[in-house]
Amino acid sequence: MTGSRSRGPIAPYLFLLPAVTLFTLFMALPIGYTAYLSLRRTKVSGLGLGKGSRKEVFVGLDNYAAAVGDAELWAGWLRVLGYGTLVLAVMLGLALVFALMLDAARVRLGRFTRVAIFLPYAVPGVVASLMWGFLYLPSLSPFHQIFGVDLLSPAAVVYSMANVAVWGGTGFNMLVLYTNLRAVPQDLYQAARIDGASELQIALRIKIPILAPAIILTTVFSVIATVQVFTEPSTLRPLSNTISSTWSPLMKVYRDAFVTGDLYSAAATAMVIAVISLVLSFGFLRVVRNRAFGEAEA
Amino acid sequence: MRMTRLAVAALATALVAGCSSSGSGSGTTSAPQSAGQPSQAGKVTLTFWNWVPGMDKVVAAWNAAHPDIQVTSSTQAGGDDAATKFLTAAKAGNPPDLMQAEYQALPSFVAAEAVADIKAAADPVKQEFGEGIWGLVTLGTDAVYGIPQDSGPMLLYYRSDLFDKYGIAVPKTWDEYAEAARTVHRKDPKVLLGTFSSKDPGSFAGLAQQAGGQWWSISGEAWKVGVDDQPTTKLADYWGGLVKEGVIGTTPYFTPEWNKALNDGKLLTWPSAIWAPGPLASNAPKSKGKWSVAPLPQWNAGENVSGFWGGSAVAVAAASKHQEAAAKFAAWLNTDAEALKLLVKEGAIYPAATKGAALLTEPPAFFANVPDFWKQAATYGAGARGFTFGPNVNVAYNAFKDAFDKAAADKTSFSDALRKVQDATVADMTKAGFRLVQ
Repeated sequence: MTGSRSRGPIAPYLFLLPAVTLFTLFMALPIGYTAYLSLRRTKVSGLGLGKGSRKEVFVGLDNYAAAVGDAELWAGWLRVLGYGTLVLAVMLGLALVFALMLDAARVRLGRFTRVAIFLPYAVPGVVASLMWGFLYLPSLSPFHQIFGVDLLSPAAVVYSMANVAVWGGTGFNMLVLYTNLRAVPQDLYQAARIDGASELQIALRIKIPILAPAIILTTVFSVIATVQVFTEPSTLRPLSNTISSTWSPLMKVYRDAFVTGDLYSAAATAMVIAVISLVLSFGFLRVVRNRAFGEAEA
Repeated sequence: MRMTRLAVAALATALVAGCSSSGSGSGTTSAPQSAGQPSQAGKVTLTFWNWVPGMDKVVAAWNAAHPDIQVTSSTQAGGDDAATKFLTAAKAGNPPDLMQAEYQALPSFVAAEAVADIKAAADPVKQEFGEGIWGLVTLGTDAVYGIPQDSGPMLLYYRSDLFDKYGIAVPKTWDEYAEAARTVHRKDPKVLLGTFSSKDPGSFAGLAQQAGGQWWSISGEAWKVGVDDQPTTKLADYWGGLVKEGVIGTTPYFTPEWNKALNDGKLLTWPSAIWAPGPLASNAPKSKGKWSVAPLPQWNAGENVSGFWGGSAVAVAAASKHQEAAAKFAAWLNTDAEALKLLVKEGAIYPAATKGAALLTEPPAFFANVPDFWKQAATYGAGARGFTFGPNVNVAYNAFKDAFDKAAADKTSFSDALRKVQDATVADMTKAGFRLVQ
């Protein structure tokens, strides 16, 4: 039949159509519009009151120059770097330890513990930040009453925010690692035990190397999430006067777009952030790829 | 292959067309929709963004009397968030027809060409308002950008019971206020006379007005920015000094910490506006009946000067298809005796219209212990003076929060923080292209 021959090449495109449509509508067009906005700016003449005193003009890369040259943005990156290192190390460390412990040969209340560790992940970030925020407030905080520390003081606030992220994120990462561990054939462990390996040695020498790809995956996800940190500082900000409106790069984008009404600078900064998080994620992947996936590729 | 490419091209064209038509269509007033003309289709529907409690009841009264102009009230978060939302909606081409606009936000609405000049509908009701208030909706131009709704002259609220307990007199000047702060702190280190809120630039602006500051002014065809002028610098250093001494707190207003301090009697005063009974009743219910009012402390003994904190007008969106009907409603809402009565009763606002004062007889329930609350408030607030707000109050206020947050947390110089606000404000205006004079 000639019909089936001519329909052949079209069918794949028909199958692609929904995905391409959605991608175009909700990814490509917004990104394109952001890129377009980032090259423009409103120009005011005179007092700026009255009709026609404000028009949109093309300014080339001016907004990018301003975004890259803004010391506050880089200070924000530094803060996020410190915060991110803390969150990544503690969260992924805890997730790994919990996953290994739950996977150990003898474990009681395994299912309950798993759910208990995972549960905070189901709490929305805003709710978690508010809940912790109230626990941090000096006049309401049990920690303050017992230990006498102000958890929202300039020195402590980074740790307080990291704590919210660790509390919320550990469960998810633990589950990813744990699921990977369960997929490992038990023969490996039996062979190791016959060779006289202790549980600790099994964990260090067998389980962790096997987990390497999963650890990398969770790290990449966490790096991206950390670069985009917004919810915790924004929610805690009204409660204290130690978090500025440009604490993290993404908060600066929000400030520019919706507080000071400068969509154009916000668009340029957003593009810069996107590039930096791409570089960070791919850079990390590149560095670790040979170690983790080297054998698979060879 | 060719077919698919065509399909993609067609889809892309449709998308672009869809976007652009929705973008510009609602932005123009000459859209060919006959339903827009009240004379032809008969019925006009308007949306009204506001955050006045009980506004739906006031609107219902209008709707009952005006079947051809039906208004829908939509409750907003209020304050800065609502202003941002309105500007964003106006930019996107689909703002509400009517918007409650705080006086300091109105210039940024005008500069963004988001609100309409409603001079024709506004002129007949002009005599209902004082000159100072009217200036806030004309911005000193020939146009009228809104109908004033309420105003917020500032007063000093204090805990009369605790003033007796600590043996302090009501401070008449800021010097006496500082002295009282020291006394209170000496008698009980856990109790403070008041706090400085780095989150409320509006409150600071009101105090700056009282001190004689002029943050923005128009000189010829150029703006002059004076956020760090001499009176405001004096004001900043006054509060900065008290914060550094530790006799004034730094807990921002309207936070859970502040509520708790008020409720527990750990805060004795609040220099606030005439609308304070509302927030006090909801944030510090336990202190009901223990508060009194006094004039704001003065910089020079014997004067009666105050400033404004808050207050808003009702503006008509430039993109509204029914500007005339919307302006008519705005004028009715803020000058009609029946509407004002409802606004006072349901919304607990302090009307901007001069005849509104006569409607306020019963004291707010929270101030039942002060029977002549409104009379006192009106006397103390009579000396309130405002200043011109510039086109980028949002930028200045945001810079204020960041700079003073830091200064209050680190107990560093407040006048340095003020200079940062001035610099940020000037930098933003320069970047946008406004003409400025030194």
